[in-house]
Amino acid sequence: MKVLKKFDGALTGAAIALSLTAASVGTAAADTIKVGVLHSLSGSMAISETTLKDTMLMLVEQQNAKGGLLGKQLEAVVVDPASDWPLFAEKARELIEVEEVAAIFGSWTSVSRKSVLPVLEELNGLMFYPVQYEGEESSKNIFYTGAAPNQQAIPAVEYLRDELGVERWALLGTDYVYPRTTNKILAAWLADNGVAEEDIMINYTPFGHSDWQSIVSDVKAFGSEGKKTAVVSTINGDANVPFYKELGNQGISADDIPVVAFSVGEEELSGIDTAPLVGHLAAWNYFMSVDSEANDDFIDAWLEFIGDEDRVTNDPMEAHYIGFNMWVKAVEVAGTTDTDAVVDAILGVSVPNLSGGYSAMMPNHHITKPVLIGEVQDDGQFDIVWETPGLVPGDAWSDFLPGSKDLISDWRAPLSCGNFNVVSGSCGGGS
Amino acid sequence: MMNVRGGTLPPVFFQRLWRAVLLGLAVCFSPVQAADLPDALQSALEDLAGRDKVLRLEAVERIANSGTEESEALLQVILSGELYHWKPEDRFVRGEKDGRKFILYALEDGAELATVGRREAKKVSINNTLRGAVKSALATLDLIAPDPAKRLAGVRAQFAALAVPVERIDALLESESDTAVRDSLVTLRAMTLVSDETASGEPLMTAIAALGNSTEPGALTPLKGRFERSDDDAEKSALSSAIKAFESRQARFGMVKQVFFGLSLGSILVLAAIGLAITFGVMGVINMAHGELIMLGAYTTWAMQQLLPGQPGVALLLAIPMGFMVSASVGMVMERFAISKLYGRPLETLLLTFGFSLILQQAVRTFISARNVAVSNPSWMSGSLELHPMLSLTMNRVVIMFFCLAVFAVLWWVMQRTRFGLQLRAVTQHREMARCVGVRSRRIDTLTFGLGAGLAGLAGVALSQLGNVGPNLGQAWIVDSFLVVVFGGVGNLWGTLIGGLGIGVATKLIEPWSGAVLAKVLLLVAVILFIQRRPRGLFPPSGRSAGDN
Repeated sequence: MKVLKKFDGALTGAAIALSLTAASVGTAAADTIKVGVLHSLSGSMAISETTLKDTMLMLVEQQNAKGGLLGKQLEAVVVDPASDWPLFAEKARELIEVEEVAAIFGSWTSVSRKSVLPVLEELNGLMFYPVQYEGEESSKNIFYTGAAPNQQAIPAVEYLRDELGVERWALLGTDYVYPRTTNKILAAWLADNGVAEEDIMINYTPFGHSDWQSIVSDVKAFGSEGKKTAVVSTINGDANVPFYKELGNQGISADDIPVVAFSVGEEELSGIDTAPLVGHLAAWNYFMSVDSEANDDFIDAWLEFIGDEDRVTNDPMEAHYIGFNMWVKAVEVAGTTDTDAVVDAILGVSVPNLSGGYSAMMPNHHITKPVLIGEVQDDGQFDIVWETPGLVPGDAWSDFLPGSKDLISDWRAPLSCGNFNVVSGSCGGGS
Repeated sequence: MMNVRGGTLPPVFFQRLWRAVLLGLAVCFSPVQAADLPDALQSALEDLAGRDKVLRLEAVERIANSGTEESEALLQVILSGELYHWKPEDRFVRGEKDGRKFILYALEDGAELATVGRREAKKVSINNTLRGAVKSALATLDLIAPDPAKRLAGVRAQFAALAVPVERIDALLESESDTAVRDSLVTLRAMTLVSDETASGEPLMTAIAALGNSTEPGALTPLKGRFERSDDDAEKSALSSAIKAFESRQARFGMVKQVFFGLSLGSILVLAAIGLAITFGVMGVINMAHGELIMLGAYTTWAMQQLLPGQPGVALLLAIPMGFMVSASVGMVMERFAISKLYGRPLETLLLTFGFSLILQQAVRTFISARNVAVSNPSWMSGSLELHPMLSLTMNRVVIMFFCLAVFAVLWWVMQRTRFGLQLRAVTQHREMARCVGVRSRRIDTLTFGLGAGLAGLAGVALSQLGNVGPNLGQAWIVDSFLVVVFGGVGNLWGTLIGGLGIGVATKLIEPWSGAVLAKVLLLVAVILFIQRRPRGLFPPSGRSAGDN
């Protein structure tokens, strides 16, 4: 079955690539700058990633309308890695070697990014990664425009503690790397802040888990001990709907035990019955409901581009918006699309984000962002109930994990290192 | 304004009546009935729209305690999230979302004001803390509501905050006639006393004992809280025995609950597997498209809800026959034109049905949407069924459990008591002999596959009430379905029933110890070991039908 599927994926991928290559040979003139779009258009991740592909096409179109870049038109080269992790690496290689793209915008899951990373480093390519992730990585060739744990998870927990007076914590997650790392960081943070071990409950479930009866009933019992309790959810994708339904059916409302989720956004809410979720929370760096001129313009442009009034915008789309504009600005400053020149020029570049402020690229290849907490409304939108007073700089290496708290990342010369150990004073990690 | 005959009614009746009229008005014309918003409310709303969280919380209290007749209706507007700030006019209004526009109504008299775009209307958002404050303010108003059910809800809403003073509870108790409300008030009184630091002596001891015998789940909180803070030995021992009594009762109900959870999971497994028990178990077709036949049933439910908007319950009931027929027809077409050509060649059949599963998935992606679709629960399938204050079972699971038993009973009746069932058994037990006595075995094959596929459709209708409905729905159930059928014994319906329920209960009993991930692993290992020992499953077929022909 597995083999069949892979074969199938590779075939479709190859077919699309062939047709695309043919197309670009026909139309590509020497005076265009190519931008690679590496998002799955088929397979299990297509639901989320197709939207990002469309976002990139829109951004390229907008830039061309403004007169392109360095006097040349931009050309988006779209490939389909088909939700197949090894295929991400092959497609990235193809984009850089065959298509000679100036930069790649792509990937969603951490495993797909990890699969692309060695190719980028070997061929000295550039990639902008737009999704919130678990941190613990900093490459010269990747720019992380999504949130690191300190730009999503930790502010969310601070909000629950300070604003809602939460004292007991149920950390529920799907069993893979992002929830496990995030929960490790959160557990360490909570312990540092004086939360006793018996006030933290950690539980992992398989992908697509649908039977939440006993876990929700455990959470209910955990929350009935007199201390205000909250659930911090890194539950992924399809498992969320049955989870929230079970919460609603067992009579747990958002004012009893609020759930703050890191993987539930507008796009995920657009396909489900939101009644059981109303009042629960999500932490992101952007919501469609953000009240700003830039956001209103972005939404209008998006709805017009996609031709469907019911579509939504979400956080990873904003990340691409920021990342793309940063790249454009860096190329203008450098006067070339050469990787090393752009990597140098982009540090410190600051562009408007959609929440009414500016985001800047930092030496560790992460960006500064505000953190917003939103409550789910019955129309599938979020009501913003809290935001950080200022911008939060992304931290590549968490200060709350034993292996990584001594590491820093700084890609400015003379350090130029993604994992510099401040204790041993050497580049290359290790403690 | 009101013509009341007879003059013997107590004054409290009029108070309640007046409140009922007010409530009725509030429901009919949600915005308040007054010429102008009183200054007190206006200034409170300004604070509410601000950013200072302390001021915002105070604003809710100020509205609740303003004593104005608009306050209750205004709180309802705030709670429903319909309060907007109309930016160009700098005015507070009630807004209704209409597509991407907002229709604004005056708070004072409900008159429609304008229809504006997203940029002009700013929602006055409320967070959980404020929502809690509004709810408790409304619940306090409910304490004197005329409807006993509403009063009961009002009292129960106080269990978390315990903000009502004991004297007030005593006053309420005096005028209360409904026993259920009285009982709740007594519990509330005891909880308030136990959490009151200044309470001591005899009344406190009585309250502690009362909570120890209480069935209200929230009763444990004040007991534990006081136990941690208390330094009085007599008090501590009373508290500890009350906590022990409460917890042991809770543990007994907890056990019952685990078994129910297991049976519920089991009944879903049985539903998902029962169609496969026919196509794979009885007919021997390794049907990889079984999951997609389930998915078709779920999409039928969605389609019915689209056809009957606003009637999710009726749509769901109609989806039961429709889901059966849709999946059965697809199944029969598959059998007639493809699978029947490959009988006796299991490996090719496997590949063929796997192909069907891919085709069906992609068809749904192409013609409906790659994204999940929303299927809503009718009201009688949401919430819980409270058998006892300590034991409430979720309605959707209870309904699905009975649905599963009903499906099984009907299937059993069809197999054992109808002519079709007789012919079906005859064909599967001895095809040649059945043909000799005039059974049209080809036709029976098609109908049998249709029956199995239709049952998968029924499972889909039920599953649409539990989780996502999307193109990948079937993939999640195919492995579990095969597991149940193989474990229960191929070709035996009772095996499927007992096997499914057994796997469900076992999973739920392991889960608290091991976690959900390990429970799944352990269960798979256990089933593999079991199949090693007994390759024919729990209920191996016996007699002539056991023959390998």
